[in-house]
Amino acid sequence: MKYIDEYRDGRIALALAAQLGEACTRPWVLMEICGGQTHTIMRYGLDELLPKGVELVHGPGCPVCVTPLETIDKALALAEMPDVTLVSYGDMLRVPGSHSDLFRAKAKGADVRIAYSPTEAVRLARTMPERHVVFLAIGFETTAPANAMAAWMAKREELKNFSLLVSHVLVPPAIRALMASPANRVQGFIAPGHVCTVMGCGEYEALIRDFHVPIVVGGFEPVDLLEATLMLVKQLEAGEARLENQYVRSVSYEGNRTAHGIMRAVFEVADQKWRGIGTIPESGLHLRPEYADYDANVIFHLAPITAEEPAECISAQVLQGLRKPTDCPAFAMRCTPDNPLGAPMVSSEGACAAYYRYRRHTRAS
Amino acid sequence: MKTIADIVCPTPLPTKDTVLLGHGSGGKLSGDLVREIFLPAFQNPVLARLDDQAVFAVDKCRLAMTTDSFVVKPLFFPGGDIGSLAVNGTINDLAMGGARPLYLSAAFILEEGLSFEVLRRVVQSMREAAAEAGVAIVTGDTKVVERGSGDEIFVTTTGIGVVPDGVSLSADQAKPGDKVLLSGSIGDHGIAILAQREGLEFESEIESDSAALHTLVAGMLSVGGGIRCMRDPTRGGLSSTLNEIAAQSGVGIELVEQEIPVREEVRGACEMLGLDPLYVANEGKLVAIVEPGAARGILTAMRQHPLGREARMVGTITAANRGLVIMRTALGTTRIVDMLAGDQLPRIC
Repeated sequence: MKYIDEYRDGRIALALAAQLGEACTRPWVLMEICGGQTHTIMRYGLDELLPKGVELVHGPGCPVCVTPLETIDKALALAEMPDVTLVSYGDMLRVPGSHSDLFRAKAKGADVRIAYSPTEAVRLARTMPERHVVFLAIGFETTAPANAMAAWMAKREELKNFSLLVSHVLVPPAIRALMASPANRVQGFIAPGHVCTVMGCGEYEALIRDFHVPIVVGGFEPVDLLEATLMLVKQLEAGEARLENQYVRSVSYEGNRTAHGIMRAVFEVADQKWRGIGTIPESGLHLRPEYADYDANVIFHLAPITAEEPAECISAQVLQGLRKPTDCPAFAMRCTPDNPLGAPMVSSEGACAAYYRYRRHTRAS
Repeated sequence: MKTIADIVCPTPLPTKDTVLLGHGSGGKLSGDLVREIFLPAFQNPVLARLDDQAVFAVDKCRLAMTTDSFVVKPLFFPGGDIGSLAVNGTINDLAMGGARPLYLSAAFILEEGLSFEVLRRVVQSMREAAAEAGVAIVTGDTKVVERGSGDEIFVTTTGIGVVPDGVSLSADQAKPGDKVLLSGSIGDHGIAILAQREGLEFESEIESDSAALHTLVAGMLSVGGGIRCMRDPTRGGLSSTLNEIAAQSGVGIELVEQEIPVREEVRGACEMLGLDPLYVANEGKLVAIVEPGAARGILTAMRQHPLGREARMVGTITAANRGLVIMRTALGTTRIVDMLAGDQLPRIC
């Protein structure tokens, strides 16, 4: 398969690992932002190939993991309304809210459906005028254009039975918050290739300037991640901090301007709460006032819910790269994918779930 | 800005009190259901073996018995339909115990409003599958439920077969050093169903591998011993089957990634949908754990059968990593191949 096989080639991967071993003269702490990248690192056991000095810590880029508990609770409240059909991406259904999750709500009679694309939810609304379809629109900049498109289509068609429950987060403000934290250990970032495919790379220049930190836009296959790691290590060893693009087959400097247009038309930047991290200024997207008729918060008068979360799991530190999932006393004991205590154990992109699924054996040995 | 001080954690959910779709996935949740609800209620030594079939002696004859319900949607799909699936699936569960399948029963739950034309097609398909496999459907039952209480047709088949003398296969018999043989490419059935349901189109149509495996098994048994256990990796895919064997035998299993055949179209569909072929259902494949000395001979016998032409040796049983399935990747690294926690695809068989 073109664009896949060559990026999973064992010989190329081992050659890159050997180059990394030569380039690396002292310890470096690097963070891959995206949960998809974390998943690849764990699935292919890339940690087994890295030189001892290179530590990869896992960033907050799992959209399911950082969606606030309040949003899940709101989605549950909506799903339990008799004439509401709640539609979302499959992963969201297993995320525990305060008292239940959407799979359980579905089992108890709520109309909850999985869609691969938000426009499927718009289509559903068209075919079921007697029901109100709510799309739980979560994610980073990657899903934002499609979610914006759904709102735009609904408005153009003047659909009266479709709305979005939006919880969108943005990558650059999260990197800024991590770098500004006194506890930060990260010395270089692998930026998320899919987000950059949409947004381009220009946004990272300010971060590089303000924090003198190298950022390499990376892809999602094992060879991509090894190459991006090598590019970061070479910069760090040379005392440089530049923007580089490893994922050139997908990412341009400008990004996708059509996508920017639809995002700007539908969403505006706002402060956003991240599960496990807290509120980060100007780190989210909310529907613009012109789209209030398609905002589930507005049309269902959803009061702000404050959900209390007890402090057993260490997802906050995991999502900020301060600790590894295996540092958590509950890991693989009280917290497993079928009984998750924290969101990073739920999504297949969550760091805890990735460790549990792929790497338990290395800890035991 | 709030930072690290705000350690938060979602509240653990209350203990399981509701049946979820995932309980039918063939993965971890299905296992929980069996262990927590059914085993304690029905406990007996035959059931406790938890093989695909029960094997027990009647007079001097050892019989195998199994039952399976089919709720697949859509009813008709490339490479098969609910009727042939229901016949082949039960034959295969008997065959995995080394049994020669003899008789089947068929029970139908029909939804009010179902057209006779659809029912006839399903029944005709069952007739053909049974005739091809040389088994007879000798008893049955029909129930009709109100519209909305079912989904067109649910079929349950039960099968009885005879286990030849000297054959004793069970998932608790794998030993370190044994080899893992796989009869062909994985993921075809699940992806064929999904492609049909989601309206996905590929350059060449992906067909379900639905097939009766008992003649392949007979060929393997004729080699003369060396087979410890056999399973057909249906719901939950190859990973769930191997995890069950690892757990029941108290051994580790090491797989070699490059040796596991996956058709190009299936790989492409899985890449696109974010699925792992290791977790996707098969309906015409088997995995056998065999003594190391017998592996080559059994593999040769498999390759002589049309359903085993692409058979491969895909792994080894280990004393290390007990209860775990480990994959050696193309990069030479390792990872766990875990059992599926929830559901990947609903209603595939």
